Parts: sequence; structure tokens; C-alpha cells
Amino acid sequence: MSAPVKDRKAEDDVLRVPYLLQMEYEYALGQHAIRFFHELKENRRLMGVRCPECQRVYIPPRPVCGICYVPSTEWVEVSDEGTLIGCTVVRLPFIDPMTGEQRPVPYGFGIIRLDGSSTSMFHFVDETDDAKLTVGLRVKANFREPREGNMRDITNFRVIGTAQ
Amino acid sequence: MPQKVAIVATGQTKHTSRRTDVNQREMITEAIRPALEEANLKISDCDAVMIGNMEPFEGYMFPELWAVEAWGGYLKPSVKFNTGGTVGTSTIAAAYYYVASGIYDVVLAVGFEKQSDGHTQTAITTVGDPVWERSIMAGALGNFAVMASTYIHESGVTPEQAAKIVVKARRNGANNPYAHLQMPELTVEDVMKSDVIAFPIRRMDMCPQSDGACAVVLVSEAKAKKLASKPAWIKAVATAHEQQYMGDSPKRLAVMRSQIDATRRLYNMAGITNPRNELDVAEIYEVASWAELAMYENMGFCARGEAGRLIDEGVTEMGGELPVNPSGGVLCTNCIGATAMIRVAEAAIQVMGTGGKRQVDNVKTALATGYGGNAWCDAFILSNNSN
Repeated sequence: MSAPVKDRKAEDDVLRVPYLLQMEYEYALGQHAIRFFHELKENRRLMGVRCPECQRVYIPPRPVCGICYVPSTEWVEVSDEGTLIGCTVVRLPFIDPMTGEQRPVPYGFGIIRLDGSSTSMFHFVDETDDAKLTVGLRVKANFREPREGNMRDITNFRVIGTAQ
Repeated sequence: MPQKVAIVATGQTKHTSRRTDVNQREMITEAIRPALEEANLKISDCDAVMIGNMEPFEGYMFPELWAVEAWGGYLKPSVKFNTGGTVGTSTIAAAYYYVASGIYDVVLAVGFEKQSDGHTQTAITTVGDPVWERSIMAGALGNFAVMASTYIHESGVTPEQAAKIVVKARRNGANNPYAHLQMPELTVEDVMKSDVIAFPIRRMDMCPQSDGACAVVLVSEAKAKKLASKPAWIKAVATAHEQQYMGDSPKRLAVMRSQIDATRRLYNMAGITNPRNELDVAEIYEVASWAELAMYENMGFCARGEAGRLIDEGVTEMGGELPVNPSGGVLCTNCIGATAMIRVAEAAIQVMGTGGKRQVDNVKTALATGYGGNAWCDAFILSNNSN
């Protein structure tokens, strides 16, 4: 005779202690981010810093170049256009850490080298067709209006040209 | 000159997705007790304990306090490591440095994670910079998918070649009594039929989430000769950290600067000039099938663009010229704080010759790697020879 199938869920509820953690944090932006987001909000410009030693241009801007450890004092504008160096269409739901909600799927996601920058940034891309979203595509930032002075002022990137 | 250091014993839990039958303390002891037994040591014989855990995943702050008895820390010096994917190798590296310095003779290293207690996918977002990155993250999956697309673009590897990595891992896992996923009958067709969750990554291309713990005993030369007939000597250790933001490294996984730097320094220290010929086995931290292929190139197992051929020709299969991950690797088992330590433990097992069904014949030299957030890399060479 077979034993009755155990209800695992009910058993877990008895043997586990649930705990919900809600904590509020407020992060100081720092001088470099304040300058960046001010330029983004007021002038719709993306500003990076150039290392005076190796000449790398960094976005996000930062106090020192991590390779040379030299203070980055020169601000330079980088383009809001760039090239996709990696991309995907995410089809698995994932909790958006800023809202606690599940981000709707599918959505395009990529890593973008902005013209004039030595570094790249991850961002959303407004293309959800795997066959159309390819490495090398030219993309351009879409901005939220009005802009508020944070990363969400760039809503996503749109494809503006074919792979190079 | 550093003192010689050897691994004389290891212990692991049977890794699985949900250890709801035990709490973390109980789980930790399941790895430590067999390690101490193998070395015929009591906890009082250990001079210090290094512990590794990513506590944000469990939301259980300060594990060195609340699990102090379980990890054997009562009245002992200890340090905790919290370095993302590399937790386990940071922990082993610290234990190595303490013994190599001559300060301690016997150091126990312990790594653990009980992901079923918390929510890893959400907690992992707190790794991102709150000002710049958190609003535009797509989890470990989105990150790996984007990196894999860059790698495909660079190398021309195919989904079928990635699927072969998955089959190799999960078939090897079936030979490892500790592995979480064990799939002796898995085929390339099965992998290719699994859902695309973020192109090019299919569900079967990614590692699982596991609960588990690992323990490793590191000792000085004099102790090693007393405690083990065939210790695994740590010949070289190298660590390299990438820059801060996710977009800082130009080619990310495809040309991983940190792994290239760490492994070249490592080979140099160990006197290795041709890793494919001179290594007998490798236990690498691969996370996703595509990552393993990219790492073959980064670690110098083959030239750029040749990784697909390596798996096609069976070079890294059991019985091949350089078997990679006889344990099944991270594709079979990922209990974060233990994962990288398991790579070192499994490499030590191969050198000590105690691998049972997963043992590679006549292992003299083994590579173990750790890998984690923003391409932090650790690498170790283990040898059967103390000189």
C-alpha cells in the first residue's frame, strides 16, 4: 500500500519562519554624479571625465582612474549615440530593484559603447526581436521629458542604424 | 619565501536546491565534520578558521557570530569573506596566506550558502551601484546573455557547442555524489530544446541555485607529511580584480582582462608555459555554458576563437587531453559562498586521487579558478609534488 502524498507546501509553512525585510536607504550621489546628473537634467548632455594620464574617458565619471590612480579633473561631453557591443532579449521575469515589481518581459537589453567614451553602459534597447537585435548596431538614447536628474532620464536606446 | 602549504582534507554537503530539513548551522557541520575526520583532526587542532558566505542572500547578517560554534570558531582567530562569486576562493586564498606566512600551521576554510532561505535574484541587485546601475540591471541572466552575445560575435562559437558543455557538465555531475544536478542521459538535443530565456542563453545553459557547504583543511609542510599520504600542494595563487562598473571592461567575458592577467601570473609562478599540455585537469568556475568556452580562451587552453573546436574534439571531456570540471562544475552546483571553494576542493581531490567515479587518471597538476561579479578572478595551481 502506498503512503499518501505529503503536501510539501503545508509542511514547509509549519517548518519555516517567514520574514519580510523593508529597509530604506538614501545614497549620497557624490560630486561626480551630481555634476553628471545636473548636466543631464539641465542640458541633456552626457558628461564623462578623462584621465590625464592614460586619456581614457570614463562614464560613469569617477574621482580617479582605477588603472592610473590619477584624479580625473577634465570633463568631456560624450555622444548620446553609440554602438551595441552585446545584446539580448530577456524573456524571464525579474524583480525591478527600484520598484519591487516584476519588469514586463520580453525586453531588449544591451551594453552600449557611447561615441567618445572608453567605457560602456548597460541599458534597455527598444527591440525585442532576437533576429533584429545584433552586436554592432548603432543606437541612440531616448530621454524622459521632463528630466529629473537620475539614470531614469535615459529611458532606453533606440536602434538608428545597421551593424558596422 | 612563503612556507609550503598543502590541502590534506575536504568536505562537502550533498548539494541540492532546498535544504529545508536543516538550518544553516546544521548544514555547515555536514561539510566540516568529514573534512576533520579525513585529516584525523579535532577542531582544537585548527589554529584559525576562515569563513565565506554572501549573507545578503539569506538576510542573516554577521554569520561569523550566529554560526560560530558550527564553523568551529570558538576562541579562534577568524576572518569572513564576502566577495561575491569568488567568496570561496578568497577564503581559501586567505587560509593559504596565513599558512604560507608561517603564522598558522592548520587553517580550516569553510564556505556556505543556503539560497532557499532567501531570494538570491533580488538580493543580487544590491551588488549594483545604487546611483548608476540598479535601475538598469537585468539580473545575472541578462548580464550573462549580453556577455555571451559579445563572445559569439568575437569567436563564432555556436549554440550546439555551448550545449555540448552543458551535456559534459551534467553527465560528469552524475559521477559526483555531491553534485546537485546529475543527468547521465542528457543529450545535446535536450539542451537545444530547452527554452531560450535570454538569447543566446537557454534555461539549460545556466547554473542552478543550490544550498550547500564546503570545507577545506590547509596545513604547513610538517603537518602535511603527518596528516596525509598524498596531500595536494598549493603551488601558486593569483587574484585579479576588474574595474568597478559593469561596462568598464571593453569585451567583458569574451576577453576577460582579469582572468587573462590572473592565469598568466599563476602559470608564471608555477613554471607552466603550455597549460593545455602541462595541466592534467581543471576545475573552473563557469556559471554558464558560454562562459566555459570563453574561459578556455582567456585561460590559454587554446587560441582565440578555438574554444568551440576544443569541445568538438572532446579535449575537455573525461578521457580527453585536459578534462574540465569532472565534478560537473558550477553548471551542476552553485551554492554561492561554497561554489569557488568547491573548485579548489575538487582540484585537491583529483590530485589526492580520491575522486572515485569522477577521478581523472594520474593527476599531477590541477588548475582551480574562482570567478564573480564584474570579473573578479582567482586562480590556483595544485600539485602532487611539494617542490
